[in-house]
Amino acid sequence: MKTPFKLPSAARVRRFAADNVVVLIFLFVTAIAVPSSKLSGTYIIQDLLTRYGRNAFLVFSLLLPIMAGMGINFGMVLGAMAGEIGLIFAVDQGIAGVQGLLYAVLVGAPIAILLGWIAGQVLNRARGREMVTGYILGFFMDGVYQFVVLYLMGAIIPITSKAITLSRGYGIRNTLGLDSVRQSLDKLLKLELGSFDLPMATYLVIALLAIFIVWFRRTKLGQDMRAIGQDQTVSHSAGIPVERTRIMAIVISTLLAMVGQIIFLQNMGNMATYNAHRQTGFFAAAAILVGGASVAKATIPNVLVGVGLLHLMYIVVPPAGARLFGSAQIGEYFRDAMSYAVIALALALHAWRKRANAESARAGLRGAASGAVAPAKMEGGAE
Amino acid sequence: MNKLKTAVTDFGWPRIIIFFFVVALFVAAPFVGVRVDGALSDVLARFGQNGILVLALVPMVQAGAGLNFGLPVGIIAGLLGGTLSMQFGWTGWVGFLGAVGVSLPFAVLFGWAYGLLLNKVKGEEMTIAMYVGFSMVTFFAILWLLLPYSSPNMVWGYSGSGLRTTITLDGYWTKILNNFLAVRIGRFFVFPTGLLAFFGAATGTMWLFLRSKTGTAMTAVGSNPDFARAGGVSSDRMRLVSVVVSTVFGAVGILVYQQSYGFIQLYQAPLYMAFPAVAAILLGGASVNKASMVNVLVGTFLFQAILTMTPNVINSVLQTDMSEVIRIVISNGMIIYALTRKTKVSK
Repeated sequence: MKTPFKLPSAARVRRFAADNVVVLIFLFVTAIAVPSSKLSGTYIIQDLLTRYGRNAFLVFSLLLPIMAGMGINFGMVLGAMAGEIGLIFAVDQGIAGVQGLLYAVLVGAPIAILLGWIAGQVLNRARGREMVTGYILGFFMDGVYQFVVLYLMGAIIPITSKAITLSRGYGIRNTLGLDSVRQSLDKLLKLELGSFDLPMATYLVIALLAIFIVWFRRTKLGQDMRAIGQDQTVSHSAGIPVERTRIMAIVISTLLAMVGQIIFLQNMGNMATYNAHRQTGFFAAAAILVGGASVAKATIPNVLVGVGLLHLMYIVVPPAGARLFGSAQIGEYFRDAMSYAVIALALALHAWRKRANAESARAGLRGAASGAVAPAKMEGGAE
Repeated sequence: MNKLKTAVTDFGWPRIIIFFFVVALFVAAPFVGVRVDGALSDVLARFGQNGILVLALVPMVQAGAGLNFGLPVGIIAGLLGGTLSMQFGWTGWVGFLGAVGVSLPFAVLFGWAYGLLLNKVKGEEMTIAMYVGFSMVTFFAILWLLLPYSSPNMVWGYSGSGLRTTITLDGYWTKILNNFLAVRIGRFFVFPTGLLAFFGAATGTMWLFLRSKTGTAMTAVGSNPDFARAGGVSSDRMRLVSVVVSTVFGAVGILVYQQSYGFIQLYQAPLYMAFPAVAAILLGGASVNKASMVNVLVGTFLFQAILTMTPNVINSVLQTDMSEVIRIVISNGMIIYALTRKTKVSK
């Protein structure tokens, strides 16, 4: 829905800068850090290629909830936990290779659907503050996950392998070696291009997901989600089941995060049983926002650009910090601070703009009355 | 009967269940060999230790700016005060009060900037506050390494620069409030008079502030911004005041916390400190837009009682350490409960 009056061009320029300020700041910092890191171009590119395969799928899982107007789904860590439970069983059953990953996905899917459904229900009760609620929900489920994996597994839930249980007889060890499935997807179709290794199978899966999302947007459900993202009240009067559709968005997001976490972990090769999912939401959110997405609008290019930029920074900043300040630790704190600040800034800019829009719509209402009613209503909805 | 029913729904089932859970813990304690007087003494100490951080949440809730997940902004100001006071070599009461004094201008400055930002993002404060807090903590992690602190009790021994992760307050102001006029009864029970008196004074100050002209205007802004504006109250200004007050209390709160704990914790330590405080005030019956002194006192006591009692009692009963899981589920469950409740517009 366009605003009913033309913006003056100066405001447009300002708005363009504001739209992209996050990307610009990020580019600026990275541009300084790349040469000072003294890393070779080959190393950086190879690392980036690996990290694309590892992370892109997870970031894609954020797209649908944004489309449905629910903001960034920090509750995606629920999906990550489901994926980890799947992997625990795959390792326990000793199923190796890609079959092991598929098995993990099959075990993880019902768990992810259940968790996604719960999350959807909760978020439906927390309209207007989905993001913070999703974030806390991640903490909450982390407690439940810990209860299941540390106390129930091996005690009530049968675990056959002694190698992965703690010496006391129940509970999973702090670190789970994923040797049986390590990089099985990455190595399935490996392309050597000059000095670069390209995990083509992983890329293929990610490409398929991108195609799925493009297709999904055109389905009835996808259209419904976009409508809800625009205006819930209007969608409701148009006969769209708002609550159900929002739950669907979260369920699909959780499912995708489950698969994404399995892809992430098969690349890493081992899993910190109780910590692996803690930073998942943070990284994915930072990536998509660095890519120029906002809380209300995100595209596939946002994901691709964001993963590249964020991880470029993660690669180059610690060595740059070591060279500039004599301490890699400073670089590590710096990249964390940057990522947190980017999320804060992107969220703040969006909220700021939303209010500015609401006010200009209200101003429009005073002048030329017709047409400005809907946007005013829409923007005011969050308060 | 109906009245009881409304009272129960108002207070909320989760809180009632947790309340009885705490009572059950205390009742069960002697049977599993946990000393009730010792436990109670711990609970009281932790009650005073954490209370002011919980109290710091009240003004922003009242002004309609939501739960202050950005409490680390104030905590950082407190840490600056604490470390600077140590750097100056101040010890004892001079050290503690000096730390409070030094932290205040930082708290006001940070709170003011933070408040200006939050005024721009009305309706989305909580998520943004959380990430502002996170970025503040990580940004200051860099500064702890770079700032020219030089006191040998604080910096890394081998490099001679950069603050340590935890700095002991021994010889400075360890437990200075806890030990002030503390009354020892029997072998296990200590009543931390100074600590509780300080917390009481802080609560009284907040109570008076909320009843002052500014405080009333602030509450009006929180309950009904349009009505407040019609009454000639600037909503932005009142919210700004609430954020500054909250940040100042956060700074004082962390100093009280540290003197009781005996260490200054830097770097990543303050990252998640807002969450237990938020859980505590909600446990005490506050909602996202209404909080009182009673909520703070009851909530902090219940929450700290759970934290103190579960490791002892549950572990003796179940023979395993489940307290961490219980803590995570209860505290975050409480926050989710509050966030998903239909918020009543002013009562």
